[in-house]
Amino acid sequence: MLYAFLCCHDEAVDNSWTKEEDDAVLAKRHKVTERLAAKGKLGPAVRLMPTTAATTVRMGGEPVVLDGPFAETKEALLGFYLIDCDSLDEAIETAKEIGRDEKVVFEIRPVKLFAPKGIAS
Amino acid sequence: MTTFGWIDPVLRSARPQAIGALLRYFRDLDQAEEAFQEACLRALKNWPVNGPPRDPIAWLILVGRNVALDDVRRRSKSAPLPADDAISDLDDAETDIAERLDSSHYRDDVLRLLFICCHPDLPAVQQVALALRVVSGLSVKEIARAFLVSESAMEQRITRAKSRVARADVPFETPGAIERAERLGAVAAMIYLVFNEGYSASGGSVHVRKPLCEEAIRLARLLLTLFPGEPEVLGLTALLLLQHARAPARLDGDGAIVLLDDQDRRLWDRDLIAEGLALIEKAVRHRRPGPYQIQAAIAGVHAHAAKPEDTNWSEIDQLYATLERLQPSPVVTLNRAVAVNKVHGPATALAMIEPLAEPLAGYFHFFGVKGGLLMQLGRANEARVAFGQAIALAHTPAEAAHIRLHLDRLIKESQPA
Repeated sequence: MLYAFLCCHDEAVDNSWTKEEDDAVLAKRHKVTERLAAKGKLGPAVRLMPTTAATTVRMGGEPVVLDGPFAETKEALLGFYLIDCDSLDEAIETAKEIGRDEKVVFEIRPVKLFAPKGIAS
Repeated sequence: MTTFGWIDPVLRSARPQAIGALLRYFRDLDQAEEAFQEACLRALKNWPVNGPPRDPIAWLILVGRNVALDDVRRRSKSAPLPADDAISDLDDAETDIAERLDSSHYRDDVLRLLFICCHPDLPAVQQVALALRVVSGLSVKEIARAFLVSESAMEQRITRAKSRVARADVPFETPGAIERAERLGAVAAMIYLVFNEGYSASGGSVHVRKPLCEEAIRLARLLLTLFPGEPEVLGLTALLLLQHARAPARLDGDGAIVLLDDQDRRLWDRDLIAEGLALIEKAVRHRRPGPYQIQAAIAGVHAHAAKPEDTNWSEIDQLYATLERLQPSPVVTLNRAVAVNKVHGPATALAMIEPLAEPLAGYFHFFGVKGGLLMQLGRANEARVAFGQAIALAHTPAEAAHIRLHLDRLIKESQPA
């Protein structure tokens, strides 16, 4: 069974970390993920940019493009795609394509760190 | 991080919202700060035992309010009660919990707190010091060190600034749209000041002042969280991120300035650059250009160039031309001349800055640029004069040392081998 681990944290707190504190957290996590990677259990790890870099496309009727993250609590996060796009405009168009005829919400977030280590199958 | 190291960042990040809300209740900056301080002390005692509250900010506000109210009640036994409007919104305790403050609720509290620090009567340095003390929560000692003054002198400055803003009577009602936009503009300018204090290091070593840049970025991100769709707030944040990304390459091992052309671009912080560029893209979609967005775009053009010779100078020239239209200023024209030099050569650039001699008579960079252009044109004697004037106006040893290098070269070239 494959699990997704969604890291949830107070962003204001995250932003108030100094570079040293941030590095310390990453170093601490790295020890764990390295072990998992050695066992071939680690899939892609993604660190997103702050939600201030987020754009939300709300589908259903005329698509609405909003600055900021998807903040409603009613809907849950169901999964995510990683798509290589040349520009934000292209990303928005892609979201519209994928979400056509649905009532889905896509939050488009530029990826800060991408460590594409595959799972040994 | 230590076992309970998680508490400090939580308190640090809760500060603007909590003090902003406490200020709305008490309408007194000192009282709001004291209440927050007391709430933090209780958090340090309580949280390690009971775990973090679900909403730390609401917890700190509630506790801060109650502690301060107890204090008022205690004092009221010997002194007359304060006027009702001095302690507003003090209904029953249920309302605070019902408030369950979300970010839209904090928005105007935080904006008001920031806005109070940018009172137009306060000199720039005092605005910055006040914001660092009240909003960021830096200690007087830390701020004093950044400004290279004694702790007692900084303490005095901050006290004076506080009493000035206490008399300013900033309205506590929720601001209207126009008022909010005005406040936003003033606050953005103040955050940029904080950054520039750290960036240009007017009279200090950059090493000491780097925290000011980081603090400014944190404030800009906070403002952007509250106003996610404001293109100029996007632009400001992008600008700070892109400028700060170059910090590791700006000084060499001896603390001498390294110009953009000579910087080791591998030292630039790619994470900050990527985030800055992403914010510019978002801002551009609004099609409401402004000075911060354009300056960010200029920084973005530099960030895109892997080597100095890859820099798209004609795009920079166009961006400066737009900035000149939006916000005419001799400094902007001077900056544009640097780009014009790269595109059209030193003669055109020199002609462009000639009319600036009077308004920029006391500006270090004017004479630095002028000297550089004259040197390119082979007018060594005039270049020497300009560089001499620049040295006389330098703010930091690094600035003076940089110009001296040019002078030394001119002197060497003029001497027969």
